[in-house]
Amino acid sequence: MKILFPSLFLSIGISSVTGYALALWNVRWANSFLFVLFLCAFVPFQIIMIPLVVLVANLGLFGTIWAIALIHAVLAMPLLTLIFRNFYKDVPQEIINAAIMDSGSFWKIFAEIILPMSGNIMIVVLILMITSVWNDFLVGLTFGGIGTQPMTVILANTVITQRGEVHYNVDMAAALLTAIPPLVVYFGLGKFFVQGITAGAIKG
Amino acid sequence: MPSVEFRNLVKQFGRVTVLEELNLTVNDGEFLVLLGPSGCGKTTLLNLLAGLQEVTAGTILIGERDVTDLDPKDRGLAMVFQSYALYPTKTVRGNLKFGLSAQRLDRAEIERRVACAAKLLHIDQLLDRRPAQLSGGQRQRVAIGRALVKNVDVFLFDEPLSNLDAKLRTEMRLEIKKLHHDLRKTIVYVTHDQVEAMTMATRIAVMDGGVIQQIGTPDEIYERPSNLFVARFVGSPPMNVFEATIGLAGNRIVATHRPTGVEMDLSDYAFARQPSSGARALVGMRPEHFAIGRPNGGKPAATFELPLRYSEKTGSDGTAFLAAGDELIAVHVDHSEIGKLREGAPVKAIFPSDRFNVFDAETRHRM
Repeated sequence: MKILFPSLFLSIGISSVTGYALALWNVRWANSFLFVLFLCAFVPFQIIMIPLVVLVANLGLFGTIWAIALIHAVLAMPLLTLIFRNFYKDVPQEIINAAIMDSGSFWKIFAEIILPMSGNIMIVVLILMITSVWNDFLVGLTFGGIGTQPMTVILANTVITQRGEVHYNVDMAAALLTAIPPLVVYFGLGKFFVQGITAGAIKG
Repeated sequence: MPSVEFRNLVKQFGRVTVLEELNLTVNDGEFLVLLGPSGCGKTTLLNLLAGLQEVTAGTILIGERDVTDLDPKDRGLAMVFQSYALYPTKTVRGNLKFGLSAQRLDRAEIERRVACAAKLLHIDQLLDRRPAQLSGGQRQRVAIGRALVKNVDVFLFDEPLSNLDAKLRTEMRLEIKKLHHDLRKTIVYVTHDQVEAMTMATRIAVMDGGVIQQIGTPDEIYERPSNLFVARFVGSPPMNVFEATIGLAGNRIVATHRPTGVEMDLSDYAFARQPSSGARALVGMRPEHFAIGRPNGGKPAATFELPLRYSEKTGSDGTAFLAAGDELIAVHVDHSEIGKLREGAPVKAIFPSDRFNVFDAETRHRM
């Protein structure tokens, strides 16, 4: 839980703003940047793990929750940015034009116009991120140090025994407890998937 | 109060030139309509003025201020969009208030302006609703209100009525005109609808292919189109245009109607330059200037007796299409007359001498 919220906050914050900037503002090289991001999504985490450990250690974050959150955010950014960008691309250009003429402020338009319209996509991304952060094993184990460990690591420590008797009943209970949060998220938020949020903004 | 001026404006998208060396001045307090078919560059021109697109070359002045490189919010403009572009998650009040967010105003002033605009547009009962709960006409009012609260001197309208149904469009047309009359602000209005242009504008700029074809009052545009494009674009049903050969007979100038051989007396037409005999010309005649049967005032200059191909009724009046060789002449007919016409029977259509429009067959400019 302590890992989950900073990770969610960082990753969604960074990628929604990036997606918004790429989709709705005239950023130079926006498409090339998007292509590079897209390529990055294919790089397996294991390849860049050791450089990342060094980087995080140099930042003085190694072994803290923020290290895990930061790595989660960086790893999720390509995919989430693409999702946000594609969603914001469908916001009518005239709305953003009107907002540019009315206020002209990048952050004000984002906070007052775009964010309130992003309810649906936020839920989609939340589900994605909650499950991936919750199910993650490797990032938590490598960057969290000894003290901070995600549920999956604790679960593994409980289940994997090398000596003595295997308590299947205990293992099952632990596994089920670990699986509950993602299930709750799915059942709880699933119904928000389909809803037209821009209804009535333009010609109806 | 400022005027708006474009100087040698050029806009290119990649290699495509959309506007070429465009010069245009909108006077203070004027209602200028940019009229043209789709893709003629009128919306691009408006976006350049608003600052939503960057100019390739040239300058834009508002008042005496060069705004070419200014941010949209600093130009002192308000714009109404075709799709209304209301913020879906804000209430009507929130929409109006957001329009003021670039100007730093105290709360009381904001409230006062919102209330004032709401009253003017009769949307005061709707202030706490969201755009989704409004009808098309109400949304359009909110969009206009959002522009009004800014209290700027130049308003831009980008085809604001094309999403409304015919009846609402007529109502809103009147209302926009009334607003202009009451507020006396400079308005630049883009449309492809000639009725909107003719009814609301103090001046019309007809555009085609990124070039302003003619600029003038609605009457000038209608009565004295400066070239063939303007002549054909303005007017419904469109002007009849036929090839003709000009002949000089004594001090009379006569044009021979190519499809039928009917002679048209152009002696009363104000030629810019004396035409030469045998010159090829295009003669334009508006359907509504024809008289049926006998002349109704005006000196008759051409009489066509041609069989009726078919007729159209539009309620108050109608249009008869007469067969002239392979071509058709559209003639405006009164409601009481049109019932008497029989298909195939000859109809006598008389054209008065002072209503001709003559264009050079090559340059397509007015002669």
